[in-house]
Amino acid sequence: MKKIIFAVAFLIFFSFLMVSAINMRTFGEPTITKMDDYFIENAQKETGANNVVTSIVFDYRGFDTLGEATVLFTAVVGVVALFRGVKK
Amino acid sequence: MKEMSKIVKTVANFVYGFILIYGFYIIVHGHLTPGGGFQGGAVTASAFALILVSYGSVNSKKFLKKDIFSLFESFGLTLFILLAFSGLGITFFYNFLANYGSWFGDAAVIGVNPGNMNTGGLIPLMNMAVGLEVLSALGVIVLIMAKGAEFTRKKENS
Amino acid sequence: MIDNLPYIAVAFFVAFGIYTLMFKKNLIKIAIGVCLIENGVNLFLITLGYRKGAVAPIYTMAPSGQNMVLPTPQALTLTSIVIGIATTALILSVAMMIYKHYGTLDTDEVRRLRG
Repeated sequence: MKKIIFAVAFLIFFSFLMVSAINMRTFGEPTITKMDDYFIENAQKETGANNVVTSIVFDYRGFDTLGEATVLFTAVVGVVALFRGVKK
Repeated sequence: MKEMSKIVKTVANFVYGFILIYGFYIIVHGHLTPGGGFQGGAVTASAFALILVSYGSVNSKKFLKKDIFSLFESFGLTLFILLAFSGLGITFFYNFLANYGSWFGDAAVIGVNPGNMNTGGLIPLMNMAVGLEVLSALGVIVLIMAKGAEFTRKKENS
Repeated sequence: MIDNLPYIAVAFFVAFGIYTLMFKKNLIKIAIGVCLIENGVNLFLITLGYRKGAVAPIYTMAPSGQNMVLPTPQALTLTSIVIGIATTALILSVAMMIYKHYGTLDTDEVRRLRG
C-alpha cells in the first residue's frame, strides 16, 4: 500500500519536471544582461586580469570565496573529528 | 588496502611528477587562462590519491604525512584572510596592487592579446593561497578515509 | 522541443536522484542520490547563462569580433561545487561509522533510536 502511494507521488513529480523543462524559455537567449555586460566591458581595465570569471570570483565577489573556503575547512574539521578515536 | 604489482608502482612513480607540475601550472596561470585556485587544487590532489592507491595505505605513510598537510591547510587559509585585510585603507578586499606598477602591477592591453604574466594585482597571490588550501584539504580527507576504512573492515577468517 | 535538450537532461538528473532517495535502502546508494541532485542543479545554473554563437569570457587569444557568454553563473557554480564536495565527504564518513557500530548498512535495521 505504501509502495503505491510512493509510486503515484513520484510519477506526478516527474511529469511536473518534464512539462516545465519542455516549456521553458528557448535555450540561448537570456533576458537580463546589464550586470554581465558591465563586467565584460570593464573587468580588464579595472583589475588588469584577462580572465573575467577569475576577476569576478576574487575581486568583485570576493566575500563569497571567503565563505566557501571556510566551508571547506569546516568539512575537514568534521571528518577529522569523526575518526578521532581510531587506534592502530 | 593492499599494494599493487610492480608495473603499477613503476608507472605511478613516473607519472606523479607530471601531475604535480600540471596542477601547479593551472594554479599559477589563473588570471590568464581558464583555471584558478579551486580547479588546480583538485587536479593536484588526484596525484596524492594515485600514490595512495598504488602503494597501499600502510606503505604510503612514508611519503604522505598527515601533519604536514594539516599545517599547510591552516597556513593557506590564514594567508588568504591576511591578503583580504591588507587593502583595508579603502575597503575590505580592495585590489590595491592593480595598475600600480610594482608587483604584478602592469596594466593589461585592452582587447584580445596574448597574456602578460605580470598583470592582475592581488589576484595571482589569492589564487596561490586558495590552491594551497584546497590541495591540502583534499589530501587530508583522502588519507583519513583510507585509515578509517582499514579499521572498519570486519575480521576475516585467516 | 529538441532545442531545450539541456533542460530535459537536468530534469532527468533530478528525477533519478529523487527516485534513488525514495526507493532504495542501502546507505551508499542514498549518498549517490544526494550527489546526483546536487550535480543536476549545478548543470542547470551553467546552462542558464548561454548566448547563441558566443565564446568563453576570456581575453587571452580569443577569436576577435564575437560576443561572450555571461560569466556570473559560472562564478557562482564554482562555490556550489565545493559545497557539494563537503556534503559528500561528511555523508560518507557518517556511513562508515554506522557500519562500524551496527555491522550492516541496511536502513531498516539501523533503528536503535526508535521507541
